[in-house]
Amino acid sequence: MTFEDRKGRGRYSSRSDRLFTGLTLVMVVAILFLAGLMVLQLLVASIPAMQALGWHFLVGMDWDPVHEHFGALPFIYGTLASSLLALILAAPLGIGVAIFLAELAPPWFRAPVSFMVELLAAIPSVVYGVWGLFVMAPWLRNMVQPWLSEHLGFLPFFQGPGFGVGILAAGLILAIMVVPTITAVSRDVLMAVPNHQREAMLALGATKWETTWKAVIPYGRSGIVGAIILALGRALGETMAATMVIGNSLDISISLFAPANTMASIIANSYAEATYGLHAAALIEIALILFVITLILNIVARLLVRRVAIGPVRMEA
Amino acid sequence: MDQEIKIEVDNLNLYYGSLQALKDVRIQVSRKAITALIGPSGCGKTTFLRTLNRLNDLIDGVQISGQVLLDGEDIYGNGMDVVRLRKRVGMVFQKPNPFPMSVYDNVAYGPRIHGTRKRSRLDEIVEKSLRDAALWDEVKDRLKGSAMGLSGGQQQRLCIARLLAVEPEVILMDEPSSALDPISTLHIEELIRELKERYTIVIVTHNMQQAARVSDSTAFFLNGQIIEYDATEVIFTRPRDQRTEDYITGRFG
Ligand SMILES: Nc1ncnc2c1ncn2[C@@H]1O[C@H](COP(=O)(O)OP(=O)(O)OP(=O)(O)O)[C@@H](O)[C@H]1O
Ligand SMILES: [Mg+2]
Repeated sequence: MTFEDRKGRGRYSSRSDRLFTGLTLVMVVAILFLAGLMVLQLLVASIPAMQALGWHFLVGMDWDPVHEHFGALPFIYGTLASSLLALILAAPLGIGVAIFLAELAPPWFRAPVSFMVELLAAIPSVVYGVWGLFVMAPWLRNMVQPWLSEHLGFLPFFQGPGFGVGILAAGLILAIMVVPTITAVSRDVLMAVPNHQREAMLALGATKWETTWKAVIPYGRSGIVGAIILALGRALGETMAATMVIGNSLDISISLFAPANTMASIIANSYAEATYGLHAAALIEIALILFVITLILNIVARLLVRRVAIGPVRMEA
Repeated sequence: MDQEIKIEVDNLNLYYGSLQALKDVRIQVSRKAITALIGPSGCGKTTFLRTLNRLNDLIDGVQISGQVLLDGEDIYGNGMDVVRLRKRVGMVFQKPNPFPMSVYDNVAYGPRIHGTRKRSRLDEIVEKSLRDAALWDEVKDRLKGSAMGLSGGQQQRLCIARLLAVEPEVILMDEPSSALDPISTLHIEELIRELKERYTIVIVTHNMQQAARVSDSTAFFLNGQIIEYDATEVIFTRPRDQRTEDYITGRFG
């Protein structure tokens, strides 16, 4: 990079440069325009539902297209409950694998394991769904749920009959699907922690364990939080696999055994019947809510991950 | 066992893969003295320093042979507890590397991991270590503030305080003032001379005047070998090897 180069930036030295710049600019504008247009369209198309239903849409529990009663709470609840469960299961596992890969595994072992974990992310979600429905759900019904009700049945989460399909099944499937995200991002965050932080710890007579827990992880903490939020975004929006194993019911129950429904799956299940105005508008409003939730989470995640790149969190005692 | 000798290195060879970085290194480091390591860039000074607390163990593909005796005990021997060794042989790095937490917590870290929990005891250790590192007066009002907010020279002295808090026997310093301005450098040098009363110090430096000013003996490294090792005064006034003379008079390479 010379002085000349820098002076040249912003000035178009030749026609081809100008053409190239113009072309890429058009593409950028087109993408932004498309994204904006989509939000706008969602907003406009859901106005009838907002006007007709108001806040009831967010808190109502009835979903009856025939009588035009639309309350989306069961879907919002089902989405949040299954995603949250997925994170509770996937975060420790994903972070554990990331720590292993970044801190403990010998290099020759690191690459194949990373590859296998990332391969999990490439499996189409319908494959997870089929597996969840025909393999995991019966296993849950016959083995896991009886055990849980027997030993932990005093907790409200594990009460009622176990059908196999339900929030528990959806949470498990989603957990498997988001582990690769958490692992890959956390591993990158941990590997970006400068070596001098580790060496500073070790030179004080810290063990490997102490070094990892008290120097490496605190340094990468906000990046790991970012990884979890990215995974949450993925779980919230997952449609196919969740639809296939969550049981598609309108109930809201604290029990993880209960079948439920998600925002993505009600859209996927009923868009074909939504032939008249309010029903369609209600589905679109659900899409809008899902979009907004995911957008907010992604922005938060980006900000957190970027803070790691700039510098660690400042922890005051 | 010679009471005057803290570290005795014999026939030490180190390979990074196929690259030999240390060749048959032989040196005796005196107790409660300052030993300086000088030599051109890439000659193996850092590598050698890191063999003394086994920090090279962490690098893949490193092979080490030979003997390093600390108080007569082979640190590469089978019974050696590496974690305990590193507590006894601490290190200050070329670049200040405080932890991203408060000044207080930086210094209290070592004692905490080694089992000191009592707040009052930690307070004492933190104050004493910061005083010993000649940093107390500058930070006593901002102990709770982030260490990242200190200047480079203050950060380096904080790293020294952090090390003193675990009460090592040997302090390894890898160009501790290379990132610092002349004033901070003088601070650190003064500090090193004071620390000599209680610690055995091995310091790498590119600064000839610094080596001449602070050290008792000096080793000249070249291509992974020790060319000459003697009292600092001898090395700087009447070196025996032509290469040493060329290096210290700046006629080298
Ligand atoms: N981690 C490593 N892997 C492979 N080779 C290394 C590694 N660290 C150092 N080396 C090589 O070993 C030799 C000695 O390096 P070392 O860092 O010990 O030199 P140095 O004397 O400290 O140099 P400087 O004065 O520039 O710090 C160099 O040739 C260097 O390239
Ligand atoms: Mg060096």
